[in-house]
Amino acid sequence: MKEKAWKPWLLLSPSLTAVFLLLVVPVCFVVVYSFWLRAPSGQDIPAFQLGNYAKFFADFFYPGILLNTLRVALETVALCLLMGYVPAYFFYKTESRLKPYLMLLVMLPFWISFIIRTLSWINILGDSGLINHLLMKSGLITSPIPLLYNEGAVIMGLLQYLLPFMILNIYVSLDGIDKSLAEAAKSLGCTEWQAFKEVTLPLSLPGVSAGCLLVFVLTCGTYLPPMILGGPGNDMIANLIFKRVIGTLDWPFGSAISAILLLLLVIIVYTYNRYMGINQIFKSLSNG
Amino acid sequence: MKSFFSGWTLIKLYTLMVYVWMFTPIVAVVILAFNPQQFGSFPMEGFSFKWFVKLSHNSTILDAFQNSMVLGTLTAVLTTSIGVPAALAFIRYEFKGKEFLNTLLIAPIMIPEVVLGVALLLFIRWLQQPKSFVLLLIGHVVLTLPYVLLIVQARLVGIKREYEEAALSLGANPFQTFREVTFPLLAPAIFAGMLFSFTISFDDVTATLFWATAQNQTVPVKIFGMLRNSISPEINALGAVMIVLTVSIPLAAGWLSRRFARGVGPS
Repeated sequence: MKEKAWKPWLLLSPSLTAVFLLLVVPVCFVVVYSFWLRAPSGQDIPAFQLGNYAKFFADFFYPGILLNTLRVALETVALCLLMGYVPAYFFYKTESRLKPYLMLLVMLPFWISFIIRTLSWINILGDSGLINHLLMKSGLITSPIPLLYNEGAVIMGLLQYLLPFMILNIYVSLDGIDKSLAEAAKSLGCTEWQAFKEVTLPLSLPGVSAGCLLVFVLTCGTYLPPMILGGPGNDMIANLIFKRVIGTLDWPFGSAISAILLLLLVIIVYTYNRYMGINQIFKSLSNG
Repeated sequence: MKSFFSGWTLIKLYTLMVYVWMFTPIVAVVILAFNPQQFGSFPMEGFSFKWFVKLSHNSTILDAFQNSMVLGTLTAVLTTSIGVPAALAFIRYEFKGKEFLNTLLIAPIMIPEVVLGVALLLFIRWLQQPKSFVLLLIGHVVLTLPYVLLIVQARLVGIKREYEEAALSLGANPFQTFREVTFPLLAPAIFAGMLFSFTISFDDVTATLFWATAQNQTVPVKIFGMLRNSISPEINALGAVMIVLTVSIPLAAGWLSRRFARGVGPS
């Protein structure tokens, strides 16, 4: 049967139209708007000037929030990796009959409402939360220690949200490694640890780096955890955008901050794609 | 061998601890939902359904729930009906720029929701349209499309062209072939796509906060508003309901689709 050349385009056209009209065009609008002026009356005036960007970099306040975002993102990536590699390795190695169920359990949080998962930490970290309750009951402390509304609490919420992504990415990479490679290394005299370090670990790095990128990018755009679990000083860039656009209705400035965030992520993802290839991430996401 | 054994035990313990860490807060929400005490926190002082009862009389939450269901269902139908053909195009055909277009359609996963929120709202503003349910709906379609594409493509890879060709060569016309062969084979992929887009839409907060008006608030947006005051036992009860709902849907779906696959799929 001979394929007609127009057929795939017919099938693609609704999706392409939707993405073009509702995503590409609006994002271009954000860039255009970021050069506009805001009149004292609150009206937006079409213009081409860099005032909004100059305002962002005028003092340390806004760049501080940007740096704060990047720092939290790096910390989250590091902790996700620390917490995620071992379980992924466990799934790779285990021969338990329970493996499919255990993996399903890791996937389960994907299905649980993000806002519920985020606020659930209040029950753990709050003044009358689980940790303070247990510590006070055991007599170790007499008044609750403040665990909530700081960067640590924000990172807890972020980890809860992002850890499954990391575990999945690493597992997909590990799963593609022939187990006999490590066996061969061992039969040639390597210890278990050496075989892991010299053979399995290097081969799993594509999954590790894909997981790191995904966690980093998703953290950079995060709004909810700092909002619910953070204090006044824990705002991240997304919170700033929301405040400027919905709070003070400063569309041009809000657009400029959005454009800065987007540009930053594009640079990171582009650089990553140059060296590692982005498809690894999509591969593991489609397993979810 | 001895050292491997203890290493493996450590790995198992570590994994167990990660599980405990991951599920303690979720379990705590469910347990505290039954705490009759006023502040929705530890210690437990008995066991009661009173917060669930109170919840069932809260009309604003019931309204939000209805909004979420309608929005999620429409999003699922719309996204799947544009996403499945696109996935078919990518899996079944060779054409110029395929890789690029595939990346273009999936890349929005990487765009922060705040930016999507601002962008679409700005566009609507420029068109001088008010915020409305339609804005929420098209927003959610854009939000869920990449995920549907990923999931459906992954499922479609397994469906071989040969089945259809066999039907055609045995005398079925193209419509019969689609009805009897292609559609039953596609059904699990379509189902998975709908389920996924429904869940993402039902769950979304950040972008929805930009697009929702007071009239069409969804459940997560409503919860977000309630949190402003402080965490109440009612939120825990609502959380418990949401957890049970959203966890049972994919489990039931997984079970259904396995039955589906056994009934009609190639084995």
